Amino acid sequence: MRFRTLNDIAEICREESLAISELMILEQEKETGQPKEEIVAQMAGYYRIMKEAVRKGLETETKSRSGLVGGDARKVNEYASASEPSVGDWAGKAMAYALSVSEVNASMGRIVATPTAGSCGIIPGVFVSSQERFGWSDEKLVRGLFGAGAIGYVIANNSFISGAEGGCQAEVGSAIGMAAGALVELRGGTPEQAVHAVGLALKNTLGLICDPVAGLVEVPCIVRNGLGAVNALAAADMAMAGVRSVIPSDEVIGVMLEIGSKMPSEHRETALGGLAQTPTGRKLTEKIKAAKSSGRTSG
Amino acid sequence: MRFKHVFSIIGPVMVGPSSSHTAGAVRIGRVARQLLGRQPEEAEITLYGSFAETYSGHGTDLALVGGLLDFDTDDERIPEAFAEAERRGMRFAIKPGSGTMPHPNFAEITARAGGLEASVQGASIGGGNIEIYSLNGFDTGCSGYYPTLAISHEDRVGVLASITGTVSRSGLNIGFMNLSRKERSGAAMTVVESDRRPDEELLEALRKLPHVERVSVIDVT
Repeated sequence: MRFRTLNDIAEICREESLAISELMILEQEKETGQPKEEIVAQMAGYYRIMKEAVRKGLETETKSRSGLVGGDARKVNEYASASEPSVGDWAGKAMAYALSVSEVNASMGRIVATPTAGSCGIIPGVFVSSQERFGWSDEKLVRGLFGAGAIGYVIANNSFISGAEGGCQAEVGSAIGMAAGALVELRGGTPEQAVHAVGLALKNTLGLICDPVAGLVEVPCIVRNGLGAVNALAAADMAMAGVRSVIPSDEVIGVMLEIGSKMPSEHRETALGGLAQTPTGRKLTEKIKAAKSSGRTSG
Repeated sequence: MRFKHVFSIIGPVMVGPSSSHTAGAVRIGRVARQLLGRQPEEAEITLYGSFAETYSGHGTDLALVGGLLDFDTDDERIPEAFAEAERRGMRFAIKPGSGTMPHPNFAEITARAGGLEASVQGASIGGGNIEIYSLNGFDTGCSGYYPTLAISHEDRVGVLASITGTVSRSGLNIGFMNLSRKERSGAAMTVVESDRRPDEELLEALRKLPHVERVSVIDVT
């Protein structure tokens, strides 16, 4: 890849008059030797799966494997359709769709990791709701995924994208940054604005720990996806309005690395701290363990 | 660069709930299966770090067993992997290990069938991506991003040249390569990551080379 940082991306795009998504497609062709049509077709397949997951979570009763969560996407979707959500109708939709995909994930359904399964709701939530809202074609959204991928590639290689390595800031935080930057491009913003959107978004999740109750990708992961989708919309709006990330986005990514590296292991997906170790978190963990040992034999 | 391209960020398509603990685990299991080259009859799995703490909630156990059954990350049979293992007569044991490993999501797998044994140490680094740290006890691994040849051979003059010569004659480009030996003139392992999957003809040619013992193809791309 010709880029290592978000600044590289903005520079190359400016010099060569490329959108971030176009740059990503070109670099992907070079890296894999696959023709453009093949690469785009693969991504189009991924987008179909994202849309399917949005639909599945809204139409069917998803229950997580533990029974702890499920059905919240439908609640929010119905509320957003029937009344006036405080965040506005479309942010309400984005939130419902993000919850939906995350609930499908928790029920061991089929999703696309974007960048991870724990954060798989945010990009589909933002993309599918924006597609409905603005009447965009699938092709446009598929291109948008390459833009999101370019941003994620930089974050992943300069910091991390897994909760076990860097906490939830690395998962949900990265997904929000990717969605925000991609949305700026989809709405006609410049690559530079897209890069600022990433920094603006990431600053709001710096330090977020990964503290899943009973170690499951359920509580608080699913609601964080719903809220994350709304954050992505907001960060994209700020950047489109001309707000800049005063601390450059690449430096913010560096801070994520710094914080994640110093984060105690209790707060990196081990379920040994945070919400997982609250009195209620512990009680739920015990309950799930008891249900599991009575209901299933282990290998 | 730990993450090589756009589909290591957007993707894989997978069954939930965790890309590290489910999709990555499927891939580590599958590497062991492919290194062995056949359906294992028995497998021992040791989990470390976050894998050990939270495996059952994420279906990491199902995922690793699914990988040993050669399932891909989006195989909808993963939730029923234990039952499928029983049908195929694969025994397995899963236990938590202790000690510090190079990554918080770390697994060790030993798989056996027909008198053969394969062992793998690997980490799930996020987003369904993996890093293999050792193969059959050799200090050499692979990223899982590319079709990979794992060649067990003796540590002798010219073996590496004959391997690369054979690979190059088949028109396969070598992206990354790594050789490790246990002792001077003893057993060695060469790992070759290539841009496309090696064909049967190449595998046969490699197997016939002097001092080459076993050749496996690892492809979890």
